[in-house]
Formats: sequence, structure tokens, C-alpha cells
Amino acid sequence: MKAAIILFPGSNREGDAAHALETIGRTKPSVVWHGEHALPAGTDLVVLPGGFSYGDYLRCGAIAARAPVMDAVRAHAARGGLVLGICNGFQILVEAGLLPGVLMRNANLHFVCRMQHLTVERTDTPFASHYTKGQVVKVAIAHGEGNYTADAATIARIEGENRVAFRYCDAQGRRGTDANPNGSVNDIAGIYSENLNVLGLMPHPENLIDPLVGGTDGSGLFESLAVARSVNVCS
Amino acid sequence: MKARVVVTLKNGILDPQGKAIEGALKSLDIQGIDSIRQGKIFEVELATNDQATARDLLRGACEKLLANQVVENFEVEIL
Repeated sequence: MKAAIILFPGSNREGDAAHALETIGRTKPSVVWHGEHALPAGTDLVVLPGGFSYGDYLRCGAIAARAPVMDAVRAHAARGGLVLGICNGFQILVEAGLLPGVLMRNANLHFVCRMQHLTVERTDTPFASHYTKGQVVKVAIAHGEGNYTADAATIARIEGENRVAFRYCDAQGRRGTDANPNGSVNDIAGIYSENLNVLGLMPHPENLIDPLVGGTDGSGLFESLAVARSVNVCS
Repeated sequence: MKARVVVTLKNGILDPQGKAIEGALKSLDIQGIDSIRQGKIFEVELATNDQATARDLLRGACEKLLANQVVENFEVEIL
């Protein structure tokens, strides 16, 4: 697994993503500047890290989504290459059209920064093979605009194609208003692309890989990636 | 030539910021406002003096970047 982390002005979780990839994902990622026009040769996984790319000006992720390197990321995704967008990275993926929908301001207007439970909705993907289906995991969230929505037809398609990756829930796995931190439709915390090779999620699994900081439930994602193969890219 | 681009949330899209402003106005006892939606305005200076060219150019700018058409509408006004 060869990984590249894209660095935009204002990204701030690239170090955490690199640390998680290195310690759990067993790969030392290269960091690629947003102004580049190509990814390092042989890249299997592209990570768009969390932060506040371009200061969240205009809309979160909007300017980053039009950065020069994103054409290469789009081509990589189209070839079946893996793409992981965490938090601001998720916002960049929807703005770039690599995932459907949009992330609106949290319905309660609060910036939420806390631990949050999620259910793992499916495990037959390169990102979640080390979890069990329906598993409740605890990870960190920190965002002001994580309220996922899309038009009714798009939501129906995502749900029908079983493309929800994670949903917000409480510690017992129960869904509902109190367990949803931002108002996301159907408690959606993360979604997959049609071919399951692109994942966008608001929570930060890269920050829960060490008992020292409160848990290791994020490790499963990076353990999954350590053994993952891109869908079509490595033929 | 100058132009103004106004980007607003589509009808039916929850606008929590507009709601918060609406609540604040009510708490200031300003009467007669039923609802408020918040949007964005872009003041644009254009190189061209041709209205049609300007509109085309700004429509493209909105479609490519200024508006997220999943949830936003835009209007172009030549000043």
C-alpha cells in the first residue's frame, strides 16, 4: 500500500493521518502539495486530511476541491484507486463531485468537538474489513459543518445501494436525535462512492489509534487499509 | 463593468444561520419580519463591457465555484 496525503493551505490533520498510516497502516505516506499536477507513481491511497483548507472561505472544501492536484485525484478515483477524505477532506470530496451530497452547517449551529459513537454499516470494503458489521465504535468528531444532506432521490440511491459507511449513534448503538451531533440526514457520518473506493467521513479515526488519547477504535480503518488492494488500479 | 452575484440557499434547505438571525431580531423586538434567509453577495469588476459576455462569464463562475448547486441558487445582476 503506497499512500499520499494531499496538503492544502489550512489543512491541519495531515500529521495525524500520516502517524496513523505509519503506525497502524504500515505505510509511510508521501505528502503532496495541492499545487502538484500528479500523484507519486504507484499511489494506491490518497488521503485528504482534516483541517480548514483555504480557511473554509466560500464554502468548506470548495476552493480545495478546485486545486490543481484534484484532477489527478479524480483520475485516480476513476481508475479505482482508494481515496479517503476525513472531515474537511469529506467536504472537499463532495465539493469535488467525487461523492454526492453536501455538508451543511450543523443544525444546532454549534461547533461540536467530542467523542462520538458510530455504527459500522458494512465491512466488505477496503476501509472497513477489520470491523464487524453493526459494530459500535467510538471516535472523535470536531466540526462545524458536518450536517450531511442531499436531495431525496440521491439519499434514496445511497441508501438503496448500501453506500452509508458509518452512522451516528449512542454508546448502545441506538440512533436518534440526541445521538446525532449535527442533524445529518439518516444519521449519516460517512459514505462510499459507487465502487466503494472513495470514502468520506466527518469523524476522525486517525485520532483514536492509541489508548493514551482515549481509545483505539479508529485503528480498524487503518488496519483495513494496510491489507487493502485498490479495486482496479493494481492490475 | 460591475456586476453583483447573489447566492442564496434553495427553498426547503434548512438555513440555521438565517433562523438564528431571525431569532435575534425577534429578541430585539423588531416586529413584522416573518422569516430571514442568509445568502452571499459577490461584487465583481469585469474587464468586458458587453452584458451578454459578462452574464455568460459569471454564470460559468457560479456553476464552477461560487455556488454549490446541490443546495444553492445564484442570480447575476449587471450594475
